[in-house]
Amino acid sequence: MSGEEVLAVEHVHVRLGGRTVLEDVSFQIRAGEFTGLIGSNGAGKTTLFRVVLGLTPASRGRVLVAGGARTRRNPLIGYVPQKFLLDPDMPLRARDLVALGIDAHRFGIARPSRARRERAEEMLAAVDALDFADARVGLLSGGEQQRVLIAHALVGRPRLLLADEPLANLDLRSADEVVALLARIAREQRIAVFISAHEINPLLPVMDRVVYLAGGRAVSGPAQEVVRSDVLSRLYGHHVDVLHVHGRVIVIAGADEGLEGHELRFPAVEPSS
Amino acid sequence: MSHLLAPVFETGFFESDAVRTAVIVGTVVALVAGALGVFTVMRGQSFAAEAFGDIGTTGGSGAFLLGVGPLPGFLASGVLAAGAMELVGIQRARGRDLATGIVLGAALGLAALFLYLDSTVHDTTGAAVTILFGSIFTIAGSTIPLVAILAGAAAAILLVIHRPLLLSTVSPEIASARGVPVRLVGAMYLLALAATVALCALTIGSILSTALLIGPAAAALRATRRPGRAILLAGLLGVAAVWLGIVLAYDSYYWPSRGNAWPVSFFVVTIVFCLYLLSGVPAWRQRQREKRADG
Repeated sequence: MSGEEVLAVEHVHVRLGGRTVLEDVSFQIRAGEFTGLIGSNGAGKTTLFRVVLGLTPASRGRVLVAGGARTRRNPLIGYVPQKFLLDPDMPLRARDLVALGIDAHRFGIARPSRARRERAEEMLAAVDALDFADARVGLLSGGEQQRVLIAHALVGRPRLLLADEPLANLDLRSADEVVALLARIAREQRIAVFISAHEINPLLPVMDRVVYLAGGRAVSGPAQEVVRSDVLSRLYGHHVDVLHVHGRVIVIAGADEGLEGHELRFPAVEPSS
Repeated sequence: MSHLLAPVFETGFFESDAVRTAVIVGTVVALVAGALGVFTVMRGQSFAAEAFGDIGTTGGSGAFLLGVGPLPGFLASGVLAAGAMELVGIQRARGRDLATGIVLGAALGLAALFLYLDSTVHDTTGAAVTILFGSIFTIAGSTIPLVAILAGAAAAILLVIHRPLLLSTVSPEIASARGVPVRLVGAMYLLALAATVALCALTIGSILSTALLIGPAAAALRATRRPGRAILLAGLLGVAAVWLGIVLAYDSYYWPSRGNAWPVSFFVVTIVFCLYLLSGVPAWRQRQREKRADG
């Protein structure tokens, strides 16, 4: 089922403020695939996204989008940022926010057209947001706002959809809905969906590929080949247990590695320190 | 038509040059202020507008001292302040308090000196009132071209940047990911805002200027869900407030304390305040209805 290559990250290194944030990160993502970027807080997920978006330069290595060098404004990438909560007073209906995805980067006078309206309508339908298309975005629930933002990111017909922690702040049911929606979009629209998360389990049912980040380094591949004790132990540089409990995966990475308390948040079971 | 309204508009209302200038300036300024005001409220930058107005006191009183009208002074100080804000980056909340306290304090201290000198050296006792609280009837007709140019420039800037500005307001992250030069767009908006606040200061005085900028916009934003309509509505509310203020002030000449017209700025600001209160009524009634439904 693998389509053509949409994103190639090749030996990317990033140093920020004298600290190595990403170290020799390489992976590929294909059209129609759902890829999860998994890692604890501080593992470098947002930095990796910023490199793909062209907002943070890589000190070494390169990023190819649809086979070409990445440019600053890349219409091939749709982006949903982290922690997006719109002010309830913002006079913007859901359909206005989606339409902004078509041409809001352009200067000058806007020409409202029927094609523009219909395209926004089509995207609202694709994310099941027609019911609240005329509501103020700021008054929608977290899950609803997330869906409107996904429509906003998709309306410009990107080949790659990046979503930074789209499941954070969502209740379990909304999170499952957003994951199912993204998986459907990847299949139906033949685009590559790439989302970051610190919890792997909500993504397991739909994930074609995982990019697992720890300490700035990454391994990637199908989940069953990556989320294994031997592979993750090599990535972390010390022993890591991977447990399968009732269809859920629990990764227990020792606390001695990062000294960051966040490391303890990733597994559902807290290791003794 | 004017003879029908004669009881309202005392004789000479439409013939007076001062009134004509006041109506033209007030209308143009209210329309531009509505548009810029909507973005200012959405971006949560009322503080910047307030700072431009306060610093405008210094520029306006300094210009008065030099014998030029206050408008060039309002404009120069506003543009300087916009540049400083952009450089220091006090658009961010953290630097805001400090910069506001220190820079505004110093600027207003200077304004105190200028206003004192205005009234002693130039023997123009009205300077302080004109600059701080405005006097729309004393605006010289020769100021109209400059008002038109400034209003046109502010509107043109907004027209050019409105889409990237809206996207950066919604989410700076999305905007920069889409290649919008977020900082440049923000700086251009600040420049247009500085010009608009200068115009508001000319109309109703430097320290009241934000009332005309923020009030109608805030009321309009309560009433509509769409940015374009909010801009239109804010402009109309502002124009209504200015016109009504001018009529009432003109009429107040014949009110108690006969022979002394009340200040236009008082009427404009009060009307704007009432409009803002009124705009909250639908939401308040909605809440009452919901409360009753729950109970």
